[in-house]
Amino acid sequence: MKENIPVLIILLPLCSALLCLLLTGLHKRLGRALVVLATAGSLVLSVIQLRTVITEGTIHYAVGGYEPPFGIELVIDSLNALIIVMISIIGFLTVLFAENFGDDRPVVKGSANAILALLITGLLGMTSTGDMFNLYVFLEITSLSAYCLIAMGGSKGVVSAYRYMLVGTIAATFYLLGIGILYSATGTLNMGDLSAILNKGGYDDVMLVSMSFLIAAFGIKMALFPFHGWQPSAYTHAEPGTRPLITGVMGKIPALAMFRYFYCIYGTDYIYVKYLLILLGVFSVFGMLYGSLMAMGQSDIRKILAYSSVAQIGYISLGFAIGTPVALAGSFLHMIGHAFMKGGLFFCTGAIRFKYGTVNIDDFGRIYKKMPLTCGLLVVAALSMIGIPPTAGFFSKWYLALGAAGRHEWIYIAVLVISSLLNAVYFFKVIEKVFIQQDKGLDDKWSKGELELPLTIILPVVVCFIAILGIGIFNVKLFDILMLTLEGVGL
Amino acid sequence: MMTTINAFLAAKGIYLLTLILLSLGAAGIIVCNNYMKKLICMNVMQVAVIFFFLCFGQKTGGTIPVALSEVVKASEYINPLPHGLMLTAIVVSLGTTGVGLSLLFRITEKYGTIEEDDLIRRENKTKTGEKE
Amino acid sequence: MTFITAIEYRPLLAVMVSLIASGLIYVLGEHIRPNAREAITLIASALKIIIVYSMIPYVLEGTEIHLELFSIVKGVSFAFNVDPAGMVFACVASTLWILTSVYSIGYMRGHGEQNQTGYYAAFAMCLSAATGICFAANLITFFIFYEVLTVATYPLVAHYRDKEGTISGRKYLAYTLISGQIFFAAIVIVYAVSGTMEFTPGGFLTEEMLPMPWALIVFFMMVGAGMVKAGVMPLHSWLPAAMVAPTPVSALLHAVAVVKAGAFCTLRVVLYVFGPTLAKSCHGADILAWMAVFTILVSSLIALKKTNLKARLAFSTVGQLSYIVLGICILTPFSTAGALYHIVAHAFMKITLFMAAGAIFVTTHKKDIREMLGLGKRMPVTMACFTLASFGIAGFPFFAGFVSKANIIFGAVAMGKPFFVATLIVSALLALAYLMPVVLIAFKKEVENPDFAARGEASLCMLVPLVITAIISIILGIAPNIGLHLFDFSIMAGNSIFTPLM
Repeated sequence: MKENIPVLIILLPLCSALLCLLLTGLHKRLGRALVVLATAGSLVLSVIQLRTVITEGTIHYAVGGYEPPFGIELVIDSLNALIIVMISIIGFLTVLFAENFGDDRPVVKGSANAILALLITGLLGMTSTGDMFNLYVFLEITSLSAYCLIAMGGSKGVVSAYRYMLVGTIAATFYLLGIGILYSATGTLNMGDLSAILNKGGYDDVMLVSMSFLIAAFGIKMALFPFHGWQPSAYTHAEPGTRPLITGVMGKIPALAMFRYFYCIYGTDYIYVKYLLILLGVFSVFGMLYGSLMAMGQSDIRKILAYSSVAQIGYISLGFAIGTPVALAGSFLHMIGHAFMKGGLFFCTGAIRFKYGTVNIDDFGRIYKKMPLTCGLLVVAALSMIGIPPTAGFFSKWYLALGAAGRHEWIYIAVLVISSLLNAVYFFKVIEKVFIQQDKGLDDKWSKGELELPLTIILPVVVCFIAILGIGIFNVKLFDILMLTLEGVGL
Repeated sequence: MMTTINAFLAAKGIYLLTLILLSLGAAGIIVCNNYMKKLICMNVMQVAVIFFFLCFGQKTGGTIPVALSEVVKASEYINPLPHGLMLTAIVVSLGTTGVGLSLLFRITEKYGTIEEDDLIRRENKTKTGEKE
Repeated sequence: MTFITAIEYRPLLAVMVSLIASGLIYVLGEHIRPNAREAITLIASALKIIIVYSMIPYVLEGTEIHLELFSIVKGVSFAFNVDPAGMVFACVASTLWILTSVYSIGYMRGHGEQNQTGYYAAFAMCLSAATGICFAANLITFFIFYEVLTVATYPLVAHYRDKEGTISGRKYLAYTLISGQIFFAAIVIVYAVSGTMEFTPGGFLTEEMLPMPWALIVFFMMVGAGMVKAGVMPLHSWLPAAMVAPTPVSALLHAVAVVKAGAFCTLRVVLYVFGPTLAKSCHGADILAWMAVFTILVSSLIALKKTNLKARLAFSTVGQLSYIVLGICILTPFSTAGALYHIVAHAFMKITLFMAAGAIFVTTHKKDIREMLGLGKRMPVTMACFTLASFGIAGFPFFAGFVSKANIIFGAVAMGKPFFVATLIVSALLALAYLMPVVLIAFKKEVENPDFAARGEASLCMLVPLVITAIISIILGIAPNIGLHLFDFSIMAGNSIFTPLM
């Protein structure tokens, strides 16, 4: 049992996805209950796995007993394990949260839950796998389920999903091409094996060609500037119940994969790495500025948050571009923290939409009186986005800046500062609306019971609130865990 | 001069062709106005990559990777792995096409058109009073 | 129980007590009666005073109160350290909190304010942050509380939630957040070059770590945050704009926490991070001193022109805060002690003035000085206190302001800076020129103003704190060391910084 944990974490949501529709046919609630149970199971197992990895070191798991490099291998180091816990938490919360939204017909509900579980499967798989082609398969599982979930968000959602699908398929094709080139040169698909072969030397040009495809592929998937074109409308129009997972986590996992290719497979001895990092740095810097500037002009909170994601992904890739272990740890800290911030903000907007049916910030006048808890999270998450201590966002920014200072990249520090100030502009715009603007007197669509919202919305809100502050205050714990893997990786 | 070009084309020409196919697909996705055509171009692009994999999987003198009693040495078979991978890729591309088609179906249902500029016009029109 | 009794935990307790109060008020505020809500504030402020005062004997003996909680970022702990300089500020903040709280209750009720729950919660949060700023042992802990203070003050500035309040709030945020983020970048650089962030009397940076142009740039990146909050020109303009907030908020901004936090930040940066040697050799201290001189003179002149009483007081604050900055930048033990003591003196004097202005506003709804003709008849006690505090601000002997200014002047003389001495004296005259008219108008004998015919002071809740602060500011002038030994602390802080250099 215990040695099979890595694969069980992926299998549980996968099986629940397959059974969900069937069970929903039997009874309306049964399918959902299964998905909730399966994601909860993954969550528990992922925490156990994290503990094991910390105490016993990296887990190598050969799927089906076929030994690598021929079989598929799952590699769980402390970094992966941590990200898996993050996915499981947000995934679990989103499954709970999604209950309150969308069509009530059993078939639609059932398939929505099934696809959500598939999305979680894909994300978990992408994180754990140690095989290039397997990564492609999970990437496509993720993307296909994401297309469907975005398409469920109404008529605009369908068009956004279609556009995302076109771009996403280009990305997947590029990825396939990239690994095809690597495979044809080295004859292996296993990442560890590949790294060993590539580092013997003689593959510099092949690596460069394939890396340019890979950067484009992952850039599109993680919505890194200038590949972000699909992202704002897709994030805006996605099915509201599943938005936290799509916006909070989906963009991060390709970033993790990109990190794997950059630092674990290619390694820092690669002769072109300097130029690739500069390229990545330029993308990140412009992304951070562009995303924030665009977000300032929006009045739909979903659009604000979507554009701010473009900027925030820039923070993560900025850490990769800096490349010291400290900066990389900052990147991953930001990845984890931002999942809770962005996820949390979308939990908030979902909650507000659920209660008042609006997403326009001009209607948010003084809703803090009616939804103190939600607005509490909104404020904390917004402050964390800006990077006000003691929230998570500040500390990831700290490590990024420290890494940049270590490599004398003063421009990056300046951009970090400017970007947080731009963040402040639009997040305080939202805060101003929530706390200062006159009450619009919206109709309350949900006024049962004592609580401001159903328990399935309150729980995610509370968890994100605690997580943002907790990650902030106890960031050193996470930092140490990340360092188990990142020590020695990077410049 | 001609011989070197000939030799190059004979050895690597197929890759050039797949590259052209790939670029055609990508260009089509960008240029075409009709969403159906975009989907077709997307398929062309995927096929180009499948070709690429199959091409480098080829080997002169190798036979299909099915165990035959008279052929025993591994070097006499072509590498089965790229083919295996591409089976998966074909399945994935099938899935993508399926999703794409059903999305197109929904788009036609909701907007009555799959021409991009018509769609953009309608999207902008429905901006006010948007319903989800 | 060791948690409560152990001396090391007291700084943490002092921070937590108002933090918890803030949380309680925010969560329970709307569900309990106003009296119960205010009781939370009062109990917390009383507890805080006890906790802070209980540390005085230890600090006076020179005992180190040092608490390291956990690593806040890799390599640096979330740590508190109680030193004499921090004690000075902490004593002022905690003493004034309880007085402002009582006054707030009178003001907010007398004026029928809305959103009182948020107000008290944010107020407690500010005090918590201010205490954290006092006791922070390193830059990162300091910065955390500094930013919390920034954010917690915002709802207070924008309290009325009208157009004016919103704009002032934005202005406040623009100034403080920008400077805060630059401060952040500077902290990163300092940590990267020095590998430490512990506040050390006399500074920990050396010229080898930061060569010349960098030293000056980083100096101003860091001091900039302090300059904004302390309102050193040209970064002062949020402070007069923030006047739209209720008067107790102005009192908090001007006397208790916010601007003082800025001055304190300057102190920590100049003397505990850079240290007198580097601050002098990179010319940062000189430039800053001249900026302070400029601020003192110009703000006094602007104050003369203002007819709104609160605006006049605001510009007076801008000037007075630059005394502290100037005192720090003269870089002598005397002037440092004077600067620290001016935190105390100015706090008590300015809070008296603001409380008086608020009391006048609540009872008579007058904001403009020209309308206050004959006010002395109606509110003699308030105006008497106002008069006393005005003398203090001008630096008359036997008022608190005299002690601090005299020390700053000693320092300036010792350093041979006659222009600074002249500035201080001229500004004292200017202070008289802008505050005395108010007193003279109010007590003008010949005029009978029908508005002020009957005697009627503000409610006791407002009057009592006002009288207390006025009396304290006289007592501190006559016997600067009485009770809390604040003057001793100032001298100790000054000596601890400069002794290693001599």
